Amino acid sequence: MDYFVQQLINGLSLGAIYGLIAIGYTMVYGIIGMINFAHGEIYMIGAFVALITFLAIGALGITWVPLALLLMLAASMLFTSVYGWTVERIAYRPLRSSPRLAPLISAIGMSIFLQNYMQILQGARSKPLQPILPGNLTLMDGAVSVSYVRLATIVLTLLLMVGFTILINRTSLGRAQRACEQDKKMAGLLGVNVDRIISLTFVMGAALAAVAGMMVLLIYGVIDFYIGFLAGVKSFTAAVLGGVGSLPGAMLGGVVIGLIEAFWSGYVGSEWKDVATFTLLVLVLIFRPTGLLGRPEIEKV
Amino acid sequence: MTMPSHTASAAAPTNRAVDWPGTLRDAGLAAFVALLLTLPLVGLRTIDRPTGLGIEARPDEVIASIVLVFLGRLGLGLIRQNLALPVLVLALACAGVGLVLPMPTQVLRLVLVAGGGIIALRAAITLTTGRSKLSQAERDRRMDRVAVQVQHATKYIAPVAIIGAAILPLTPIADRQILDIGILLLTYIMLGWGLNIVVGLAGLLDLGYVAFYAVGAYSYALLAHYFGLSFWVCLPLAGMLAALSGVLLGFPVLRLRGDYFAIVTLGFGEIIRIILVNWYQFTGGPNGISGIPRPSFFGIADFTRTPTEGMAAFHELFGLEFSSLHRIVFMYYLILALALVVNLFTLRVRKLPLGRAWEALREDEIASASLGINRTNMKLAAFAIAAMFGGFAGSFFATRQGFISPESFTFIESAIILAIVVLGGMGSQIGVVVATLLVIGLPEAFRELADYRMLAFGMGMVVIMLWRPRGLLAHRDPTILLHGGRKPQSAGAAR
Repeated sequence: MDYFVQQLINGLSLGAIYGLIAIGYTMVYGIIGMINFAHGEIYMIGAFVALITFLAIGALGITWVPLALLLMLAASMLFTSVYGWTVERIAYRPLRSSPRLAPLISAIGMSIFLQNYMQILQGARSKPLQPILPGNLTLMDGAVSVSYVRLATIVLTLLLMVGFTILINRTSLGRAQRACEQDKKMAGLLGVNVDRIISLTFVMGAALAAVAGMMVLLIYGVIDFYIGFLAGVKSFTAAVLGGVGSLPGAMLGGVVIGLIEAFWSGYVGSEWKDVATFTLLVLVLIFRPTGLLGRPEIEKV
Repeated sequence: MTMPSHTASAAAPTNRAVDWPGTLRDAGLAAFVALLLTLPLVGLRTIDRPTGLGIEARPDEVIASIVLVFLGRLGLGLIRQNLALPVLVLALACAGVGLVLPMPTQVLRLVLVAGGGIIALRAAITLTTGRSKLSQAERDRRMDRVAVQVQHATKYIAPVAIIGAAILPLTPIADRQILDIGILLLTYIMLGWGLNIVVGLAGLLDLGYVAFYAVGAYSYALLAHYFGLSFWVCLPLAGMLAALSGVLLGFPVLRLRGDYFAIVTLGFGEIIRIILVNWYQFTGGPNGISGIPRPSFFGIADFTRTPTEGMAAFHELFGLEFSSLHRIVFMYYLILALALVVNLFTLRVRKLPLGRAWEALREDEIASASLGINRTNMKLAAFAIAAMFGGFAGSFFATRQGFISPESFTFIESAIILAIVVLGGMGSQIGVVVATLLVIGLPEAFRELADYRMLAFGMGMVVIMLWRPRGLLAHRDPTILLHGGRKPQSAGAAR
């Protein structure tokens, strides 16, 4: 039982991270119908910006941990968003009316570019970081220990989800975003600046991915330029699992994948956890092709 | 790109008014974005210190990139407003100054030379074409005409290219290095042609093609390792096993629509790689398998100086002097033959009901289904046949390298093969060749650049897609038309 609870919390925090990245995939897919393959690299950039910010403010002499964390969060969200915006502007916007494969290839190219860009700039070796937020919360008479970082990840993700849901459901920006998702041409005719909304979608997705990157840095304490690929693939799996285009679905898919990974590593062994994830994806797609929370798509002739 | 009003004014050559505030603001904004992009990642570098990670500021590189972006954007804005000639002169002057005069830092020199050079090139293109900016449609049409001409010329180019490839090893320039690059290029051309069956003909986006390449390579390596079978026995076996895995993987997922299909194939590619890594008792795990036997001369002769019992030596059999190059030449012809088999198959199958069903499925799935085409079986056939060719290529790869490990079968390989197919223009056989020369040949030629090679590779993929979204030599004409194909394009289109 203790072990189960321990794995449950590990899985939830991991799933929260996958979910945060998956939202970027699912929103972009919902609005322009492309797999933003470079999104995993955006998450990697987020982690690197957080690391560099921490080192920079350490060099400036700021050692109060809450302020440091807040600055890391703000910087990584800001700078990573700019990367998300630029990627869209350079590699996707000119291809908006092209055949479907063109943006995908462009995205794969962008992903390769960003990986090597980071490798050249910051070096190929993995970057370790000492724990910024040490300490554990013990539950159940000390049988289960939850690190504060994992707890903070879950809480922060919940907060972001609440805020994000309000943003999408209640604000005019969210309304415009949903309108573009339904019908870009019509939304444009009704005075929505479609280009701007698409840019903002990329910015929002990148900001959430940056949070995920920062939390991964804090939890595992080591990052390298290659972390974006696997996290990206798994998060896209999460988005598909939950139903592409559905925001709660992305979060749900992320949590499901996080839990499977945690329990599989805990009870079976960590070598085969990725196989378990992908097998689940295949099974879900065979029996429920629209994902867990996705709307069925009507094929028109 | 953001200023449609200026492109309109540029169309009228008499209009000489330059919108300075707008252009400057635009350039300033671009420079600000460049500042935000470069500040954390370019300006601050992490460095490993004995006490842990340290950080180092590089302000000069940030300033350099901002200046570069500002001037570049300004230059582009002015070119668009009919000031191409002054911009060309200024940009050339900048590049010249950067080259000749001594500079305080290397970075400044780079900024002047690279930035000036690119802007000068852009201005020169504008001046020669006489138009500040062609519209996308116009550019597409122009390139389409070129593509059609190339397709026509393929009738003459293809035999010349094949003969050229065939006599290459006999020419004096064929040293070991040239042949190795030739083998590499031909391997990717074969893989590209194989994937073209799935992506270009059947219209299925396969992101895990490397899985079948891996199945083929490991089939041969393991069969040779455990049962001592020779290459010539294993080659068809590897193809069959890869086709079988294609059917097994394809059967559950072929009902899925486009992007879901893509992501599931990516997942399968990863699963196969993970199995290869983790099942180390059988596959050797991350260490791979070494000592894979080399192919013999069709089981008759060996390429070693002193062959084993019961085998003739190749050089003795043909009365030649022993040379280690013989094996390489043989490998080269082997892969050339394999690649040509794939090409021939594709060219022929397009004229058969199977190939026509694929093309119909690619164009409109629902319409073809309502005409009685069995979607699943047709797609499965495409998947299995492409997998078989991937398997052939894989076992060739294994015997050529003599060593394989899961490292060789990562997603990036799938991406490269897919990029070859899409960059060349889906469905175009000559496009695959052109794209392979670009994607594999160019980076191979610039091997010294090491790290920057992949950086340029990624950027190159983006740039080619922006320039030609449908691929360099795209064409989607049906291979067979009613009424004997009176359309002019259809004559050369079969290639």
